[in-house]
Amino acid sequence: MDALINKRIKQVLKGDKDAFAEIVDLYQHRLFQVCFRMLGNRHEAEDIAQEAFVRAFINIHTFDQKRKFSTWLYRIATNLCIDRIRKKKPDYYLDAEVKGTEGLDMYSQIAAADELPEEEIMKLELQDRIQYEISRLPDKYRSAIVLKYMEELSLQEISEILELPLGTVKTRIHRGREALRKQLSRQPNFL
Amino acid sequence: MNACPERIVHYMHEYLDGEISREHELELKSHLQSCVDCQAHMHELSDVVAFVKGAAHVEAPTNFSQTVMARLPKEKSHAGVSRWLRRHPILTAAALFFLFMSSALFSNFNEEQQFSFTKQENVVVEGETVIIPEGQVVKGNLVVQNGDVRIDGELDGNLTVINGSKYMASTAVITGKTEEINEVFDWLWFHIKEGAKEVVSFFDKEETK
Repeated sequence: MDALINKRIKQVLKGDKDAFAEIVDLYQHRLFQVCFRMLGNRHEAEDIAQEAFVRAFINIHTFDQKRKFSTWLYRIATNLCIDRIRKKKPDYYLDAEVKGTEGLDMYSQIAAADELPEEEIMKLELQDRIQYEISRLPDKYRSAIVLKYMEELSLQEISEILELPLGTVKTRIHRGREALRKQLSRQPNFL
Repeated sequence: MNACPERIVHYMHEYLDGEISREHELELKSHLQSCVDCQAHMHELSDVVAFVKGAAHVEAPTNFSQTVMARLPKEKSHAGVSRWLRRHPILTAAALFFLFMSSALFSNFNEEQQFSFTKQENVVVEGETVIIPEGQVVKGNLVVQNGDVRIDGELDGNLTVINGSKYMASTAVITGKTEEINEVFDWLWFHIKEGAKEVVSFFDKEETK
């Protein structure tokens, strides 16, 4: 697999654009899945995953062929997803108090906006429910959890993709699991 | 549950990561047997993992890769050149070296545009023409650059004319070789030959010693 990929990369470097199509075919589902789980929207996920491939094509000469190509590709995609998530976030301080309300800050506003009422949650199909709970995780934990449990990558690989020390990745996965536990324990019969 | 040591929850996560040591696992197991709250916590965490792992595989839309290929930037005409330069750093360095060398050569060639000639006795100069008058004998080599030479008399040596022409009267006598140089490569060749001659004569001298 790696030998084949490196062969295709060499062809792309020599100017053979069509060799890149094969690279896209091999990784499209994995990359699209990460983007979809991170962004929770098929349309946006398609846009960002395609953008990730375009960036990979443009910067392919910076890829070190001694390393794993998928790690490099995942890194481009997760960085683009995190950028997109941050851009969508409003530009004000979350703990600033909202005018005209007493003791209400932006956290409570957002929680109220994001959280579905319990009867709505109960109506969700399992797959929608999973996506809903993932999307409520803070993006730091979300990327680690998605890479670990949906892409089934090793902790070492996740640490290389996110460019974080192994210990930090572990902490994020632990906190992500705890956050999900708290989210789910509010609806005891979720399974 | 407040009474439980914090490390127990940490061990639970180590267990879920599949990275728990033998001692930690034993401690966790014996604690879970005696603590209902921690047992529930452990169950919930395992359920979380099962829940997240239950996510179906998502596939990219059918025309995904065609769209990517269409989005790739069109290659600019100089992209091939810059890629070639990137892939062949030594050849690039060599090409640059030759470029600078040849530009130095051309500028040298052009700089030497002034009229000059070898100072010899009995030589007359009119404008940019060197004349050996009739009946005169010049001993030694004569080099004229960017000017003409007219020989009415006798030259006992080699004549070299660079970027100019020679006129010879019927009375003219040149005992050595005559050379006319008008092109860059002739000029270069001349320098190389001169250099080689010097080397040879240097060795000749060494031998005669």
